Amino acid sequence: MTQRKRSFGSQSFSQNRRQPSSSGTQEDNEDSTFTQPSTSQVQRGLEKLTPAQVDQKTSEVIQYFLVKDQKKVPVRRADLVKHVVKDYRNIYPEIIKRAARTFEQVFGLKLVEIDPKNHTYILINNLEAADKPSPVECPANPKLGLLFVILGVTFMKGGVVRENVIWNTLKKLRVDSGEKHEEFGDVKRLVTEEFVRQRYLEYVRIPHTEPMEHEFRWGQRADMEVSKAKILEFMGQLHEQEPQIGRCWL
Amino acid sequence: MARQMGDSHRRFLQTMMINGITDEHAVKTLHQHCCEVSKTPHTPDKLDEFIDTINSKLQPLFMQIRKGMSEVNGHQYYVLVNMAETDVTRMSSDYADNELELFRRTVDLIVCSENGKASSTDILNSTDTMTTKKLKKSETEHLLSRLVHDKWLCEKRGEYTLSTRCIIEMEPYIRSMYQEHLKVCHICHSVAFQCQICENPTCGIKIHNPCVARYFKGRTEPRCPACDDFWPHEIPEVRRLHSQSKR
Repeated sequence: MTQRKRSFGSQSFSQNRRQPSSSGTQEDNEDSTFTQPSTSQVQRGLEKLTPAQVDQKTSEVIQYFLVKDQKKVPVRRADLVKHVVKDYRNIYPEIIKRAARTFEQVFGLKLVEIDPKNHTYILINNLEAADKPSPVECPANPKLGLLFVILGVTFMKGGVVRENVIWNTLKKLRVDSGEKHEEFGDVKRLVTEEFVRQRYLEYVRIPHTEPMEHEFRWGQRADMEVSKAKILEFMGQLHEQEPQIGRCWL
Repeated sequence: MARQMGDSHRRFLQTMMINGITDEHAVKTLHQHCCEVSKTPHTPDKLDEFIDTINSKLQPLFMQIRKGMSEVNGHQYYVLVNMAETDVTRMSSDYADNELELFRRTVDLIVCSENGKASSTDILNSTDTMTTKKLKKSETEHLLSRLVHDKWLCEKRGEYTLSTRCIIEMEPYIRSMYQEHLKVCHICHSVAFQCQICENPTCGIKIHNPCVARYFKGRTEPRCPACDDFWPHEIPEVRRLHSQSKR
């Protein structure tokens, strides 16, 4: 195998490495400088490149997404163009199309633009959840179990629930948002920041509340990835017996 | 000729991606699970073919599912490897530049050592000559525990070794970087760090501890396979599968 050029190495990631967590609500000015090329522009762009070059750039984009997806952080088009696509921006739609196809065919993942205005993408699972838990223990699972509880309660309450309800429910499961939890650490931060940043939950201020209160809703990722039927099944288990919080439902 | 990928392959791949490193037994049950869930026929001895199908599609993406042996328990493990990244740049999304420098130095100490280990003292001392922003003692200790947690290093009694995952992912890099210092197992031909060495000065072949266990099993008088001298080291027991396996 030939040694690839190190254009996709630490340079690409140095800007994104260990960034302080941002909620992603800030409008990215850089994106306004990128205009989606027209079909004819893309055609002309493709003519000037070899198939190998296009394939290479597509794999770089795929790698970038997979790394970001590990942390479930949405990918902004502006970052993608700036750090990975670069000179190939004139064939951007073609690259994205190919990447999406590869994600579906090889990984069983779907590339979804969750924010058409700010052009933000996430990868969601295209495979149906298994009807029995995976034999392999997956590391992320305790967190997902916790998430499922929150999604379940929110769903039961009609899709919106005041935060107190959630904190009380968790307390009954011996997860106290006020204390450092053995498994989850800072529970409040996990639920109100990490799950929100990953688009599993929405945590919105209720206006005119003193002291300030928030409500929880399902986030876009949850809407797309989590089937309501699975949630009901999970909630059923929760009430019956030892909840299968630690299992992987891949 | 590789078959087309189906949902069973995709489910398998997704699990491999989440886990980083999976032992052989888990991989076999996972194969079965994935076939059952997608209602495709499951043949246990077609596992290699199953993985080859996935690998053929991963190749253009510079990724591969690779298999390697643990130097500790001799069991096989599977890792999804990113082949695009050279050496430690694969870790650059999780570690700062100076942390990566320290990691490289630790790899250096381990590769060049006789027993495949680096003491925490030696690692701490190596921060003195760092070219990037120097790490303090507490930062180094914290970094080392992160590296262990992220499964790049293993720690036992203050000594650090390369984890199975690290060896599988970085073998090409280590082979090209450390040609003179590199030890290779005479039995399995993979790179060797924790191993036994033939005491004959004209021979000096290396054998992994688990490979020693397997090769000399049952022999009353162990002899070096290369020079026939008496093999003086303690012959370890073969570690059975399903036992508590530490990587």
